Amino acid sequence: MADLKTNFLGIESPNPFWLASAPPTDKEYNVRRAFEAGWGGVVWKTLGAEGPPVVNVNGPRYGAIWGADRRLLGLNNIELITDRPLETNLEEITRVKKDYPDRAIIVSLMVPCEEAAWKAILPRVAETGADGIELNFGCPHGMAERGMGSAVGQVPEYIEMVTRWCKENYDKPVIVKLTPNITDVRFPARAAKAGGADAVSLINTINSIVSVDLDQMAPEPIIGDKGTHGGYCGPAVKPIAMNMVAEIARCPQTHGLPISAIGGITTWRDAAEFMALGAGNVQVCTAAMTYGFKIVEEMISGLSQWMDEKGYTSTEDFIGMAVPNVTDWQYLNLNSVSKAKIDQDACIKCGRCYAACEDTSHQAIAMSEDRTFTVKDDECVACNLCVNVCPVENCISMVELQPGELDERTGETVSAEYANWTTHPNNPSAQAAE
Amino acid sequence: MAQGQTAPGIVSGRLSSEDIAANFDDLHPAYAPHEAAVAADRCYFCYDAPCVTACPTDIDIPLFIRQIQTGHAQAAAKTILDQNILGGMCARVCPTETLCEEACVRETAEGKPVEIGRLQRYATDTVMAAGVHPFERAASTGKTVAVVGAGPAGLACAHRLAMLGHDVVIHEAREKAGGLNEFGIAAYKSTENYAEAEVDWLLKIGGITIENGSALGRGVTLDGLRDAYDAVFLSIGLGGVNALRAEGEDKDGVRDAVDFIADLRQAADLSALPVGRNVVVIGGGMTAVDAAVQSKLLGAENVTIAYRRGREAMGASRFEQDLAASKGVKLMFNVQPVAVHGNGAATEIELEYTSSAGGELTGTGETTRLAADQVFKAIGQTLEGAPSELALDGRKIAVTGAGRTSVNGVWAGGDCAAGGDDLTVTAVAEGRDAAMDIHEAMKG
Ligand SMILES: Cc1cc2nc3c(=O)[nH]c(=O)nc-3n(C[C@H](O)[C@H](O)[C@H](O)COP(=O)(O)OP(=O)(O)OC[C@H]3O[C@@H](n4cnc5c(N)ncnc54)[C@H](O)[C@@H]3O)c2cc1C
Ligand SMILES: Cc1cc2nc3c(=O)[nH]c(=O)nc-3n(C[C@H](O)[C@H](O)[C@H](O)COP(=O)(O)O)c2cc1C
Ligand code: SF4
Ligand code: SF4
Ligand code: SF4
Repeated sequence: MADLKTNFLGIESPNPFWLASAPPTDKEYNVRRAFEAGWGGVVWKTLGAEGPPVVNVNGPRYGAIWGADRRLLGLNNIELITDRPLETNLEEITRVKKDYPDRAIIVSLMVPCEEAAWKAILPRVAETGADGIELNFGCPHGMAERGMGSAVGQVPEYIEMVTRWCKENYDKPVIVKLTPNITDVRFPARAAKAGGADAVSLINTINSIVSVDLDQMAPEPIIGDKGTHGGYCGPAVKPIAMNMVAEIARCPQTHGLPISAIGGITTWRDAAEFMALGAGNVQVCTAAMTYGFKIVEEMISGLSQWMDEKGYTSTEDFIGMAVPNVTDWQYLNLNSVSKAKIDQDACIKCGRCYAACEDTSHQAIAMSEDRTFTVKDDECVACNLCVNVCPVENCISMVELQPGELDERTGETVSAEYANWTTHPNNPSAQAAE
Repeated sequence: MAQGQTAPGIVSGRLSSEDIAANFDDLHPAYAPHEAAVAADRCYFCYDAPCVTACPTDIDIPLFIRQIQTGHAQAAAKTILDQNILGGMCARVCPTETLCEEACVRETAEGKPVEIGRLQRYATDTVMAAGVHPFERAASTGKTVAVVGAGPAGLACAHRLAMLGHDVVIHEAREKAGGLNEFGIAAYKSTENYAEAEVDWLLKIGGITIENGSALGRGVTLDGLRDAYDAVFLSIGLGGVNALRAEGEDKDGVRDAVDFIADLRQAADLSALPVGRNVVVIGGGMTAVDAAVQSKLLGAENVTIAYRRGREAMGASRFEQDLAASKGVKLMFNVQPVAVHGNGAATEIELEYTSSAGGELTGTGETTRLAADQVFKAIGQTLEGAPSELALDGRKIAVTGAGRTSVNGVWAGGDCAAGGDDLTVTAVAEGRDAAMDIHEAMKG
């Protein structure tokens, strides 16, 4: 069985599955049970500065969207950082770390954007024996209104400054957690790197309103008669998080900066995908909040089985392997021609591919009297929509034409040569360059 | 006192009232909202959906299921009732396994169709419960139509005509409306007096008068109706039954299954309804299964269905056969009755084995006897009392197009008319379509 042991910034953990800083890691009771369940590490729920702790709302703090059969697809929350005293958290962290020396414990921090505040808390955290810190520059609600969280994460200069303070006042690894509520994630990532960050973690939650109560006419969750935007997470945010991870991994200025990936990770496959895009490990929140700590068992067994099948002996073997294949649109091979192909034995004749292609795509699927659906090769542009709407997995596949074969749509023979937009005759810049 | 299943003869009270009540509980119980949500989520919203093609009334199934999914069960009901005003009864009695659900792509995919019938019931129950009648009459046209027979075909026709602004009088021979919904459908399919409640609900449209005890052929004539009304729709069902042509057919204890079922459906107290200890049902259709199963549920000790052909030829669907078997009914194939024995009252039935070569059924000469104190004949209903001036097609009223008979101004639909399966849903479709045709014809 493949060894899932991971070394992230010199911090060892038995597997790459950490719990993200959130309710699952808010107290000793949870974290001990999480470790017993098999989690490789935790990022403790974000601590604030000394003094009276923050308060949370006393009404609902979550909202959600669901897929078929009420499968939870996206969760949103208006919770703040820990609402328990700093002292209590520090004592608990110390105790748990002592009992679980082989597991990673990272302490998430969010204090005002003043050097004194950071200087005050860092030695306290160091005393706990925790393996590192994560700077929460991400929370999009509540704390941001007080100049913290995403209010810092949205200003690269602040990120760099605070990261530098932490590096100067703390010996162990410093991870900077990024907010997705920006236009280009590479800027905050570069700032973190410039400030000396050992790694970035992303994403924190996305600004969102998940639903509106049409009787009360207010966004949910509703507290009294009003609601506010919350932070969105869960399976629905995974595509956004993966793109951001990939952008940082392939940007020449941040390439090689260790990444802890977060956002919608629910299965071993989600984790493997993020790691292929350059993440050294992953953090999970919503999946644990939806199904409980036990889901890590599937993640562990699934990842190691897949690694065995692929012949990978360590996670190092595949981390970042997909990064070189993430490119800009302009470099995609325009001579690669595919056609959709329907497996008639697998087809259940629902007609969804037909409706999709006929109404909204390229009128490239024919439907016969007896409901046999076939692709018209002379119309199919290989857009993949039929594949995406077909309820039967692998029923429709994209088959790439071989060089020399005829593309019936264009009447041209498929070329073996690679040719992209930069050299395409329709590209005005390409012509200008001639 | 319960008499027990082994008491000889045809007696009542074989089971306790509680057992009987439990036995006759809903065959397909209503969904709770959560169950409906889970079931609705399974629908793929197919294009030109095969389930719709398979429904005789062409209900827009993907649309109504989606309306349930999005929290509007009453809108879903409107979608159903637009096409099938007896959608509530059809949801309970349609052999969905050979109609919509058989065609569902998830039957193809997983052998488990979307449960269209139960979802249909869920939706229609909400409007019934709310007492809402989501249709309004158009302005009066001054035209009047006579409908003969208040079964599903007649009711569907009347409702559509009334909605279009015509005035309708239904002449119904019986004292109660509903046709076989009220007198024929198995009790465990139409519980809690649903048939009657549905008729009351349907009549809320207004413009429909039912004259009970008014029978065509008993004072009322076709000519008289043609004179008095602008159009006539005949939906008299199949009132007669085929003869057994077996020796001893007239002995006590030998009965038409439909009469037994009618008594059962009208019984105020099922534990007071007599049933034999050893019941043999002759036939292979839905009626045979219903008579057999209900005899068993009343407490008969041994119930056998004796069918003259093989299983595959049986009119009752596989689901119905399995239902019978699961209740303890024995199915015998390739046997036909030759005699009922007994001194005055039946005690035994003699069956001859059959073989069919090239579709021709012949007795093999070999016979067997079964104990039988009650024998039900369920060998098919026949047209009875059709006005003689109407041309027939085989043993039913000949029709062309949407139910036009050979006589001008007279339409027919449902079981009494040729074509289509003898099913509630088919009767509804034919009644509805005839109404549309009558409407067009009356416009002139
Ligand atoms: C026992 C049994 C069980 C069945 N189970 C099912 C089932 O589970 N699912 C299913 O889909 N179908 C079932 N059917 C078939 C279904 O009931 C019929 O197809 C359907 O009722 C036909 O409707 P109809 O309106 O044509 O006729 P009917 O329902 O027979 O109605 C005819 C009406 O006309 C009246 N009438 C007759 N003659 C005259 C006259 N001369 N003057 C005035 N009124 C007259 C009758 O009293 C009756 O009310 C079953 C049938 C039987 C017999
Ligand atoms: C209720 C809740 C509270 C959270 N609190 C914090 C927090 O205190 N600090 C933090 O850095 N992230 C917090 N997060 C964000 C998560 O750590 C994580 O970045 C995000 O949920 C995306 O991961 P997921 O899709 O696996 O849930 C919180 C998330 C949730 C749902
Ligand atoms: S969507 Fe898939 S299953 Fe449905 S008709 Fe098309 S190919 Fe067949
Ligand atoms: S009316 Fe009957 S056949 Fe039509 S959809 Fe409903 S249950 Fe199915
Ligand atoms: S065939 Fe089945 S899945 Fe398709 S629309 Fe009909 S009920 Fe839904």
